[in-house]
Amino acid sequence: MLRFTIRRLLQAIPTLFVLSVLVFAWLRSLPGGPATALLGDKATPESIASLEKIMGLDQPLYLQYFNFLGRMLSGDMGNSIISADPVLEEIGRALPATIELSVVALLIAVLLGIPLGYLSASYRGRFFDNATIMGTLAGVAVPVFFLGIVLKYVFAQELGLLPPSSRQDADIDATRVTGFATLDGMLTGEWDATGNALWHLVLPAIALSSIPLAVIVRITRASVLDVLNEDFIRTANAKGLQATVVRTRHVLRNALLPVSTTVGLQTGLLLGGAVLTEKVFVWGGLGSLLSEGIQRRDYPRLQALILLAAGVYVLVNLLVDISYAIIDPRVRTS
Amino acid sequence: MAHSRTARRRWTAAIGLTGVAVLALSACAESERGTDDASGKTGGTLIFGAAGKPKNFDPIFNDDGESFRPIRQMYDTLITYKRGTADLAPGLAEKWDLSDGGKTITFSLVQGAKFHDGTAFDAAAVCFNFERWFNMKGAAAQSQMIYYADIFKGFAQNEGDASGTPLYKSCEAKDANTAVLNLNAYSSALPAAFGLTSFSISSPEALKKYDADAVTQSGESFAYPAYATEHPTGTGPFKFESYDKTNNTITLVRNEDYHGEKAKLDKIIFKIIEDENARKQELKAGTIDGYDYPSPADFKSLKDDGFDVLIRPAFNIMYLGINQANTPALKDIRVRQAIAYAVNREQLVKTKLPEGAEVATQFQPKTVAGYADDVTKYPYDPAKAKDLLKQAGVENLTLKFYVPTEVSRPYMPNPVDYAAAMTEDLKAVGINVETVPRPWNGGYKDDVQKFGKHDLHLLGWTGDYNDAGNFPGTFFGRSKPEFGFDDKALFDEIAAADAVVDATAHADAWKQVNRNLLSKYLPAVPISHSPPGIVVNKKIKGLTPSPLTDERFDTVTKD
Repeated sequence: MLRFTIRRLLQAIPTLFVLSVLVFAWLRSLPGGPATALLGDKATPESIASLEKIMGLDQPLYLQYFNFLGRMLSGDMGNSIISADPVLEEIGRALPATIELSVVALLIAVLLGIPLGYLSASYRGRFFDNATIMGTLAGVAVPVFFLGIVLKYVFAQELGLLPPSSRQDADIDATRVTGFATLDGMLTGEWDATGNALWHLVLPAIALSSIPLAVIVRITRASVLDVLNEDFIRTANAKGLQATVVRTRHVLRNALLPVSTTVGLQTGLLLGGAVLTEKVFVWGGLGSLLSEGIQRRDYPRLQALILLAAGVYVLVNLLVDISYAIIDPRVRTS
Repeated sequence: MAHSRTARRRWTAAIGLTGVAVLALSACAESERGTDDASGKTGGTLIFGAAGKPKNFDPIFNDDGESFRPIRQMYDTLITYKRGTADLAPGLAEKWDLSDGGKTITFSLVQGAKFHDGTAFDAAAVCFNFERWFNMKGAAAQSQMIYYADIFKGFAQNEGDASGTPLYKSCEAKDANTAVLNLNAYSSALPAAFGLTSFSISSPEALKKYDADAVTQSGESFAYPAYATEHPTGTGPFKFESYDKTNNTITLVRNEDYHGEKAKLDKIIFKIIEDENARKQELKAGTIDGYDYPSPADFKSLKDDGFDVLIRPAFNIMYLGINQANTPALKDIRVRQAIAYAVNREQLVKTKLPEGAEVATQFQPKTVAGYADDVTKYPYDPAKAKDLLKQAGVENLTLKFYVPTEVSRPYMPNPVDYAAAMTEDLKAVGINVETVPRPWNGGYKDDVQKFGKHDLHLLGWTGDYNDAGNFPGTFFGRSKPEFGFDDKALFDEIAAADAVVDATAHADAWKQVNRNLLSKYLPAVPISHSPPGIVVNKKIKGLTPSPLTDERFDTVTKD
């Protein structure tokens, strides 16, 4: 198992290296630049050129890349051009926001998706099944940002029931410990801060969970149907095993194998969805950092974010492979 | 201990909405607290939606509105602006006198003012600030002092962009309340530019204690010292309390020791909401009290919903730029005049620009000294435009019209729309227009201002201070790729007007420049002056919109 894990980790290194080159080259190929964005409306061609020189942006691209690589390998990803904070500090501050949102969205998706998929398969062809299929089609088809805007318009602007944006109210005076707004309130006993943070989570988490929820329902349903038709289920039923035992120990366990793969993939995709959701709900997480970074050509921030996202994606897939290996021992030897 | 006022309403609503136990429990807890403390004419908290993050809080290292908004509440400048105007008014200096042909400025300072750290404000502190700016070390730090480099031209040792001869010579604290500034030359920008937020006065003790000059740079990025990020120390009516980067809020509290009339509010919270639509929704949801730069398209609906849309007097200009370098026909003034006559500016302003916008007849607003009523005007006249093109012998003229996308500026809230209308007008007189859209942060300014790839372009300017040199002087005072001409006569004329010291003669000289710009040169077509708005809910009183976006919240109350 250890060798399997190490092998997969080593395979990730060239992937990340190639990605760093691509990200670096892509950012520099974009028209405009950080000096123009930083200097704002009053910029003159001379002041832009001067600032580019100070920033080292007048150097040949390969030199800029090696400088960047050198700094990165020594753990210095630079400071954000927008906020002037170290990008790792910025990411450390934004990461809990994204994790908090993604985890809640994923929990909604998994906790609702698996039972709904299982029930849908159990009631195949009946009203519940048809309604679920229709619902999941809508869930996959409606873009996250659009759903977010609609939810916000209805529940925040028109009904005034839920907050329209951000992680907590502006006048909340909360102590920051971990950066997880919900957790910090629990740790410090500021329960209203926790409640406020949870309340702010409702709309963005529902919006973000829509696609993974729909996908998990569909995959669970299809997988359960496949397993229900297997010979060993027929055998289990024939030998008189209790229906609950057949469902949980045989049907669900086997059906969850592709579902766990889907959950892993959806976690990666969730980050993509989080960019849009965070934009709509002004969430202040990684997605907000990314969109602001693109808008203002914040090279250090974008480089760090994209490489981090790639690293997380690689890691999550690795964890999925490991979970595969745990669930099905044949994978380890293949 | 945490507390939230605006949360309470939501918690109450929550109880009925959901059965999620943890939320309901939290809701009850919040409802019982009863933290509403924003009643009456004094006290309370203003929550204002800011459009972006501040770069830092050291005035001298900033040049953008989002940084200036909180800085203005915490600092004072020597000279300020009369509320709601661009006219100069006493700030930390009760009065100021120019002598020696404008090369010596004597400031008589207010007495009894203190910095937020308790140290006294006096002439020595003023001179300390001037000396600090002039002697700033390092290309990184100097590169961030945009306004200083622009107004004072150079440093003791130029290491960054500034390459000129420094304007600053010395500063002498004659007594505790008299600071004398000596310059190497007269500058028309002064004393007006002393009102710029960048030239706010900081506490010398705090500057030293928090190593304020230690701006560092690595790769593409800059890092600012603790003074700029955590300990901004001015004399203003509000003091810095915190910048919560997790929740994107900046909190200022009232300065109880303020030397002037104390602020009415207990606290101001600037909540950073970059998306304009999100700011609007927050206002409507009641989670913020106001925000800046509402879209002109929303003015009416916001008013209909019961909000106060305060319109600032326009202190800007949008122009249709003409680059004479790429297409020879554009060197002929008759062709440029044809373009001016072809564009229906009256219609554009009436139908596409926000309420209160005006057609521009010259490259500066009326409120700036040097505005001439009798400049050559170019009313919409397509027949005359065609005739001028004919006289110039120009046929089948094709022009590349660079248009900025993904941008809204106070002087051009919706440039794509304006460009579309202008394109139709130009086509109507026989000029072929090839529209080249470019994202604002995706190369537009480089293409136009650095490389001069265009024939026509849309751009504008919001004034920094009340002097014509900050308008036409900035645009046409020297050769630029943006306009593609090199006319020494015009540059000399502008330099001469800029050098006139006497205020009346200075204004007269600029009037003549404006007349000549419109009749003899026409390097661009002035289009409009567009008033930006600021919106607040009905509870907010006492906010005076400023043409310079120099709003101070010390007079604001919240019912």
